[in-house]
Amino acid sequence: MARHVVAASSEIAPGDRKLVDAGGRAIVIFNLGGEFFALANRCPHQAGELHKGKLCGLVRSPEPGVYEYTREGEMIRCPWHSWEFDVRTGKSWCDPARIRTRRYDVKVEHGADLVEGPYVAETFKVAIENDYLVIDV
Amino acid sequence: MIAAIMPSTAVKPALETPLNAIDCDVHPNVPNLRALIPYMEPYWRDSIVDRGIDAIDSASYPPNSPLTARADWRDADKRVATRVEDVQKHVFDGLGADIAILNSLYGVQLVLNEDMARAFTRALNDWVRAEWLDRDPRLRASIILPMHNVEHAVDELERCAGDHRFVQAMMLVGGETPLGRRHYWPIYERLEKLGLPLGVHAGSSYRNPVTSLGWPSYYMEDYTAQAQGFQSQLTSLITEGVFAHCPGLKVVLMESGVTWLPGFMWRLQKFWRGLRFETPWVDRPPMDIVRDNVRLTMQPLDAPDDPEIVARLIDHFNSDDMLLFASDYPHWQFDGAAAMPAGISAALARKIKVDNPLATYPRLRETTA
Repeated sequence: MARHVVAASSEIAPGDRKLVDAGGRAIVIFNLGGEFFALANRCPHQAGELHKGKLCGLVRSPEPGVYEYTREGEMIRCPWHSWEFDVRTGKSWCDPARIRTRRYDVKVEHGADLVEGPYVAETFKVAIENDYLVIDV
Repeated sequence: MIAAIMPSTAVKPALETPLNAIDCDVHPNVPNLRALIPYMEPYWRDSIVDRGIDAIDSASYPPNSPLTARADWRDADKRVATRVEDVQKHVFDGLGADIAILNSLYGVQLVLNEDMARAFTRALNDWVRAEWLDRDPRLRASIILPMHNVEHAVDELERCAGDHRFVQAMMLVGGETPLGRRHYWPIYERLEKLGLPLGVHAGSSYRNPVTSLGWPSYYMEDYTAQAQGFQSQLTSLITEGVFAHCPGLKVVLMESGVTWLPGFMWRLQKFWRGLRFETPWVDRPPMDIVRDNVRLTMQPLDAPDDPEIVARLIDHFNSDDMLLFASDYPHWQFDGAAAMPAGISAALARKIKVDNPLATYPRLRETTA
């Protein structure tokens, strides 16, 4: 397993997402109100690219005709067939036990801590004064 | 004034021997409209005569169609299933059933005037009660609901439900609006409270074309299209949230055909995964809902004779609870006494013939425990 520095945290604003490469794996990183989450960029259904999907809330209902809309922006809908995945867990809404996309740990690290460590920053230079997103793959 | 139907003293635990089979779809035929006149209020009795109304024959089952009545079940005068003796001979003796549920298909749903439709439907239910249920303790029946007015339907349900020989309420698959729509829900709420399943039977009130594309030209198209109607009604019941609102309601699809269901549900479930945000009350896979809430009478099965193929088709339901034994008498769906197709194991056949009907119709258990 290697730790990959995949982006500067300032590149992904709250509510935004970014496709990154970590050791050849396509991973999409989401910023939910300052918290970062990383999912494999691959819908487990037919491999649609999740980073192209629409972020939406979670709609539930206690009874027909009543719509409870919560967690706005925390569900990603696959652009191909609109299956919903929880950005925090990678689990699908329709069948969370069996259908899920892989979730990765993503950490925010200071540039100063990264320049000395055993990290892989493939595509850009790490500056001491910035924060970076680091994924274990 | 139409009197409420009171509990009948004829309901006794008459069936002490182990049951062999419960036939969940048997059709008593009203010989003609005159037969219902004794069961009508005076105003409607006179109106029928004054207006010269002598028949309300539906195109759903043309009298001379082979499907409408199996040849060896017709009398010499071509009458079929018009008397209790016919069911006794062909269903109880001929097919070995020991209980039969009567589902009248007389075309009261065709009547456009909703007051007249209610009067005719009441007369039909009272005719079934007096001419059939009172004449053989092995008979049960569905309450036919006048569906063109929801209040009328609830009233008729209430009026008849006191007689526990009525074990279900019934409507035709082809009505005025999709069955899941909320204006029908008072009926479903009442059914759930009473523990009565909702039977949805093939046939149409002909308010809408029997295909979604417009009117077909031929009977073959009409009858085949019934399965499309069932698909749409089942979808409507699920997506509109009837089973979320009334989780205890059982729906029995009758003469719907059987083998289309797994493939169709696969399709519905596939689209539910991507579109479920439209209907968030459908909070589990539609086929799971169907396994819990929907049953099907097993004739016509719509399968080839090969037992291995039949077994594989049944396997696709992934449930042993869904099928209910039915002959669909006197409709011609099979020959001889082979109502149970080859390819169904003895254990499953037992469930289909006895256990599943008893589980579906709580009132059957009152007299067979």
